[in-house]
Amino acid sequence: MSKPVIATTSLAGCFGCHMSFLDIDERILELIELVEFNKSPIDDIKTFTKQCDIGLIEGGCCNSENIETLKEFRRMCKTLVSLGECAIMGGLPALRNGIPIRECLHEAYINGPTVGLNKENILPNDSELPMILDRVYPCHEIVKIDYFLPGCAPRADLIWNALIALVTGGELQLPYEAFKFD
Amino acid sequence: MKGKIKIIIDGKECWAKPGQNVIDAARDNGIYIPSLCHVEGVKPAGSCRVCNVRIEGRNMTACTTPVADGMEIENDIPELNELRKAIIEVLFVSGNHFCPSCEKSGNCELQALAYRFRMMVPRFPYEFPIKGVDASSKYIYHDRNRCVMCKRCIRTITKDGKNVFAYSSRGGKHLHVVMDKELAAQMTEKEAQKAMDICPVGAILKKERGFYSPIGQRKYDTEPIGSDVEKNIDHLKQKEQ
Ligand code: SF4
Ligand code: SF4
Repeated sequence: MSKPVIATTSLAGCFGCHMSFLDIDERILELIELVEFNKSPIDDIKTFTKQCDIGLIEGGCCNSENIETLKEFRRMCKTLVSLGECAIMGGLPALRNGIPIRECLHEAYINGPTVGLNKENILPNDSELPMILDRVYPCHEIVKIDYFLPGCAPRADLIWNALIALVTGGELQLPYEAFKFD
Repeated sequence: MKGKIKIIIDGKECWAKPGQNVIDAARDNGIYIPSLCHVEGVKPAGSCRVCNVRIEGRNMTACTTPVADGMEIENDIPELNELRKAIIEVLFVSGNHFCPSCEKSGNCELQALAYRFRMMVPRFPYEFPIKGVDASSKYIYHDRNRCVMCKRCIRTITKDGKNVFAYSSRGGKHLHVVMDKELAAQMTEKEAQKAMDICPVGAILKKERGFYSPIGQRKYDTEPIGSDVEKNIDHLKQKEQ
C-alpha cells in the first residue's frame, strides 16, 4: 500500500508553525517512513504533482493569492488541517481587521514614522502583486476545514500527535500542556 | 455536620452553610463549578452564565442561587459543559482575543476555561468588532477589546469611595465598560495591580508588568483552571478525620 501523502503551506503566517513542525526533531525520520511529502516548503516542491491525503495550512487569508492557494489545497487534499492561531482566527495579521484598508496602507507606505524614501507617495500597485483583502479571514471562513490545531505556534508534540492520529486512524491525544493558544 | 445543610451535587453528598450560594458551597466541598464573573465575598452579578447548573430540571446560575436543604444539583454533565463551552466561544468571537500578543495569556481565566473545555475553534464567526483602548492613566491600560463584561471591576474597584469602572452606552446601542479617566489617573501602582488581578481577562492591565512570568510558569500552564478547588477535596477530608 502506498504511503499517505502530506502537503503543507504558509499563507498569512510567519512560518513559525512550520518551524514548530520541525521541532518534532528526530521523529521526522520516523515520519518519513510513514508518509510521503508533496507540495510543501519542507521539501521545496512548489506545485502539486498528485492528490494528497493531508494538507496542513499555516496562516489565514490576507490576499487573493492566499485564497487561491487555500482553494487549491482544498481541491488537492482529502483532509485539511488549520495549523495555528493565524489559520484558525487570523492571528496577528488580523489585528488590522476593523481598520479601513486605506488607513492601513497609508500608515504603512505614506504616514508611518519609518517611511522615508516613498517621496511620491506610491501605494503598491504593480499588477504582479496579489490584491490585499478588506480584512484577514480565518481559513474556515473560506473553505471547509476538517481539523484545528491551536497554538502560536502549536506545540511540536501536538502536531506529532495529530499526524500520527490522522495517519494511523487513531484518536488524537490532547495533553493539557500541549494545548495552548500562545 | 452541625449547623450545616445537606445538598447533593452530581450524586455526591455535600454540606453547606445556610445562605451560602451554590458555587461557594460546591467549592468548599472540593467541587469546581466554572465561572468567569464570580468573586468570593462580593455580591454575585450572574452576568457571565458560565456557572449554569441544573437544579430540579431548571438551569440556574450557581453564583446567585442560595443552597436549600436537600437540593439536588447537576454540574459536571456533558450537556452543561457543552453549554459553557458555547458561552466561552461566544465571548471569544464577540471580542478581539489575540492570545499570542496578550499580556494576560497564561494567567487568563477565559483562556483557561477554553483550555479546560478544549475549545479547538469557536463555532461562531469572528466579529472583529472595534472597541476602544484607554491608555491615558499612568499605571492602568484598559483594553475594551478583551472585556467580557463580567462586572468584577465595577463591583470592586473604587478610588476614594467612587467607582472607577462603570457601564456606558456612549456612542452606540451596545453597552460597554469604561474607565473614569480622572479617577484612574489618581490610582496608585498598588491599586492598579489590584484592578489587574481582579479582571479575569486582559482588559485591565497594569502598565510595565507585561509578560512577567515565562511560559511554563504561568498560572494555567500546567494545570487546568479549577484544579486547586478539586484538589482541596483531600484537605477537607483530612480536616474531617
Ligand atoms: S484576554 Fe485572555 S482570551 Fe483574551 S486575548 Fe488575552 S489571554 Fe487571550
Ligand atoms: S474590564 Fe475586566 S473586570 Fe471589568 S467587566 Fe471587563 S472583563 Fe470584567
